[in-house]
Amino acid sequence: MTEAEIRGALAKILARIAPEADLASIDPGEPLQRALDIDSFDFLNLLTAIRDALGVAIAESEYGKVGTLQGLVGFLASRLADRPSDSSPLS
Amino acid sequence: MPSLGADMREGTLLHWKVKPGDRVKRGDIIAEVATDKGDIEIEVFEDGVVTEILVEAGREVPVGELMARIDGGAVAVPKPEPARVRATPAARRLAEERGVALASVRGTGPEGAVTREDVEKAAQTSTAEPRERPAEGVRLAIAAAMARSNREIPHYYLETRIDMTRALAHLAEKNQALPLEERLLPAVLLLKAVALGLREVPELNGYWVDDSLQKKDEIHIGFAISLRKGGLVTPALHQVDRKSLPEIMAGLRDLVPRARAGKLRSSELSDATVTVTNLGDLGVETVYGVIYPPQVALVGFGKILERPWVENGMLGVRPVVSATLAGDHRATDGARGAAFLDALARRLQEPTEL
Repeated sequence: MTEAEIRGALAKILARIAPEADLASIDPGEPLQRALDIDSFDFLNLLTAIRDALGVAIAESEYGKVGTLQGLVGFLASRLADRPSDSSPLS
Repeated sequence: MPSLGADMREGTLLHWKVKPGDRVKRGDIIAEVATDKGDIEIEVFEDGVVTEILVEAGREVPVGELMARIDGGAVAVPKPEPARVRATPAARRLAEERGVALASVRGTGPEGAVTREDVEKAAQTSTAEPRERPAEGVRLAIAAAMARSNREIPHYYLETRIDMTRALAHLAEKNQALPLEERLLPAVLLLKAVALGLREVPELNGYWVDDSLQKKDEIHIGFAISLRKGGLVTPALHQVDRKSLPEIMAGLRDLVPRARAGKLRSSELSDATVTVTNLGDLGVETVYGVIYPPQVALVGFGKILERPWVENGMLGVRPVVSATLAGDHRATDGARGAAFLDALARRLQEPTEL
């Protein structure tokens, strides 16, 4: 998947978890929870939804790498690098 | 109309879920009411048959007014809250800065959400005076409760710092075996440790009523949950001292979305015997809370931060959380508060016992 596709997938996920969040308007280097105005419960829901939609389970020990939008997108991109764009499990 | 908070004065009956002749059991939801804290489901506390409905839907009812009869007993029930406005966090911040009422802005974002650009346009065309609107809803309820608290309760504050190394290691170990959606958050450990600490210092778990302390046997922790539209609610997690960590996490997973959707039950808003507020997610280091009357204590937690820590003459870096106790000096003295914080810290050093 490309980074643009990953951002598109995240936008769909956030529409359910934090419907007011607008990925396009946030600073990609800002801590994600503050940028999205979400707490640790929402963050856990976000990770669960990412696993369900993209098939990537993020371990607790990897939280430090996904604390910003930039970090999260980069992390997912590296995990999904070998996956062809048309094999996205997103429906 | 039941009181769902120390300063609740009235509520609006949205609809009945029962009619005369219906049999009800303890715990059944019999009505839904709108309050300053959101829409609340009203439970019945005894078995019986509904014999009479005394209040029709849509009416604003003062606290204490009889609303229905069940087997000769009475059931009371709660002002609709303004519809939630969808807006991006950036739009909310800008609206606050510019004094723009989000409700008056037409949203062009996803699902009609108000965006930063929408607020900028509205601010340019608006001729209204900013920041002069009176408080309403949740904000007004909080204002009343907190003003009463500061007026009536002689607060004392104690703070301690707790090494979270063992607790977090225990959490990580447990989480390795749990599916993602069931992972435990540090808040769960903190809540359980508070509950067990209150068992050791029960004077902090109860109410100050009529110039006396009413200690409560059951430990129902009001957990402060911030609302996206602003303000907060503190619904109760019941009997936290008797619950396992996964049960507390399940309780929070259930409670948090319902609190934000305005779907709490009456008992969840009226039962808390103590309050815990955890502002770690917001980056706060130390919390000096205001007790929610008639409760006599509030426990605050800040962000778990890596700090220098000396133990046995050795300097190291540890994850450390600041825990504060706000106590009602009418009910307890600092010595008992200190005993509680000591118990709390001790419990968090024995996480396998939580």
